Amino acid sequence: MNNNEHISFLEHQGKYKGIFAWIFATDHKRIAFLYMYAIAAFFLVGAILGLLMRFELIAPGETIIKPQTYNGLFTVHGIIMIFMVVIPGLSAVFGNFFLPILIGAKDVSFPKLNNFSWWLFMFGSALAIATQLLKSGSPDTGWTFYAPYSTTTGTSVILATTAAFILGFSSILTGLNFIVTVHRMRAPGMRFFNMPLFPWSIYATAWIQLLATPVVGITLIMLIAERLFGIGFFNPDLGGDPVLFQHLFWIYSHPAVYIMILPAMGVITEIIPTFCQKRVYGYKAIALSSLAIAGVGFLVWGHHMYTSGMSEQARWFFSLLTFIVAVPSAIKVFNWITTMYKGSIDLKPPFIFALAFIFLFMIGGLTGLILGSVATDIQVHDTSFIVAHFHYIIFGGMGFAFFAAIHYWLPKMYGKMYNFKIANISAVSLFIGFNLLYFPQFIIGIQGMPRRYFDYFPKFQWAQVISTIGGVILVSAVILMIYNLIMGVRKGAKASANPWNGTTLEWQIPSPPSLENFDSAPIVKENPYDYN
Amino acid sequence: MSEHNTHIDEHRDDEASKLGMWLFIFTELLLFGGLFLVYSIFRAQYPANFHESSLELSVTIGVINTVVLLFSSMTIAMSITAIQKKNKKLTLALIGVTILMAFIFLVNKYFEWGHKFEHGLYPGSELMQLLERGHHLYFSLYFFMTGLHALHIVIGMVLLVIAYVKVNKGSIKHDKFVFLENGALYWHLVDLIWIFLFPLLYLIS
Repeated sequence: MNNNEHISFLEHQGKYKGIFAWIFATDHKRIAFLYMYAIAAFFLVGAILGLLMRFELIAPGETIIKPQTYNGLFTVHGIIMIFMVVIPGLSAVFGNFFLPILIGAKDVSFPKLNNFSWWLFMFGSALAIATQLLKSGSPDTGWTFYAPYSTTTGTSVILATTAAFILGFSSILTGLNFIVTVHRMRAPGMRFFNMPLFPWSIYATAWIQLLATPVVGITLIMLIAERLFGIGFFNPDLGGDPVLFQHLFWIYSHPAVYIMILPAMGVITEIIPTFCQKRVYGYKAIALSSLAIAGVGFLVWGHHMYTSGMSEQARWFFSLLTFIVAVPSAIKVFNWITTMYKGSIDLKPPFIFALAFIFLFMIGGLTGLILGSVATDIQVHDTSFIVAHFHYIIFGGMGFAFFAAIHYWLPKMYGKMYNFKIANISAVSLFIGFNLLYFPQFIIGIQGMPRRYFDYFPKFQWAQVISTIGGVILVSAVILMIYNLIMGVRKGAKASANPWNGTTLEWQIPSPPSLENFDSAPIVKENPYDYN
Repeated sequence: MSEHNTHIDEHRDDEASKLGMWLFIFTELLLFGGLFLVYSIFRAQYPANFHESSLELSVTIGVINTVVLLFSSMTIAMSITAIQKKNKKLTLALIGVTILMAFIFLVNKYFEWGHKFEHGLYPGSELMQLLERGHHLYFSLYFFMTGLHALHIVIGMVLLVIAYVKVNKGSIKHDKFVFLENGALYWHLVDLIWIFLFPLLYLIS
């Protein structure tokens, strides 16, 4: 059997043919591709909605769209980007593809459940997009669905929250699958502490997905029941409490921020040692800091609500915890930098994206501390400062990590290589466009530009114009990058099994991998990043 | 090649299946956890109203349903022992009794809810809107929590019916019964949640 020629999973002929070989696939690698194509499409839709908002904001007053349309745009932009792109993004695409390979497994523990998660994801996404097309109009509550407005607005909130519930269910099942996979499927000799660090981050993320998502699930059901039956939990007229909704919502949605960023940190932790040809510094600290972030991340939700009406004690306590959760993140950054020290650095595209990640994530993280301290938060709460902050974390962090990951692993996934020069150009222009787009928002945020506003004072226009120019550069750079990747896959040179001279298990096997990943048993090293 | 290719579908790891079920049960507990949280907040806010409202519920029906569910948990646990002892007939009988108990529970619930509906007390009714705030919240919680729990009973019944069919077909047998075990685990969860709902809604005053 081992004498047979290598057949990659892409060429492998299974039970089904044509498109059915994909949509009914149970192979974790094919499911990763399914997620990737869907998420890329949703990302482009979300980006276009974002760009429309940017054009609207290029001048004060009504420019191209009506105020109500604007409310719908920022809501649906948020729903698509958060629930359909960023939360599933890295873990469903690269987690699916590389978690089993990196721990030396043939697949995840429940391949059929994995396929079912994708179907749920697509179903939920279809519902979310349908909210745009209904007569009642797209929801205008913001992606947070704050009560009491969400209980009274005439727009299609019920459909949108149902979509979010189903997407959450898909996320739970993916997380469950990954936890069991890590516990049960590791190759012989692969202990927890010689797993590579990307699986560690996916493992920590999966716990958050599992434990936090049900809480938002029940909250969204309560919201639906509130609208249908007037159960009154969030309605002060009936004795309820709208702030309760915010608590329940953020109990999930703050940990969800770590669902977004932890896998991103995991990707960067894989890329940096490879392109420095050096053992990662502080392996255990990075592994355990993932768990620390996952754990402490559950206890900081109140920092979204300093101005919502909480007791003084609750506010300083949440503030303290918020500063504590910054520590494990900082540990990772220091470890990445230290790994680079005296390494033989090779400035290939994935590494350039990783560097951009570190820079942008640091700005996002440090401005997070400004928001975490109560006094300064009161000043910048609900301004464009917060918009800039979370885009630096989510887009500059998770988004750039996604781009880094696709440039790092594309040769393994497709067996083809893209053009380095265009990749570098797109990386640099993404970086420039990104900073032009979001940095001015910090400045006018401090000066008092509110978020989610359709109109603004003329004194903020300079920044809005720069932002819009940045937005155009950013979207163009994304298109250039995707074009380059597609051309690489279609016409690029054949990639070798180990183009970057990496040490983790995915580089031991041919590109693209065979159906069961390992034709012979993987050789597990004591330290996954051993370059000696 | 062909045996090799189908390998992924044949992969079997009962420990993994059970671990997966336990994790799923955590998520269910957290789902209800959100409701318990809301309950405790409103109970602390309106203790007198909650007390008065709870007197409206029939403790008798609650006790009967509790006994019914506890008994069904026992029968489903026994069915796992029965299948390991290769006694297919007894296994089927025990699963059947469990499903019957679940059905009795739902019939009881039907009469309990129906009685309230007759008096105009149901979510969204005019009477509900006129109640005092604490009463309104209590009955909203009552219908929400017992309704969601009843939905879980139905899901559990579906699982048990599938298990019944599988035992009958012989695809669940003495050395391969993880589906039945997981179905039973889920059933214990449904029971466990009721064990909390019953005192919270019917007994505490």
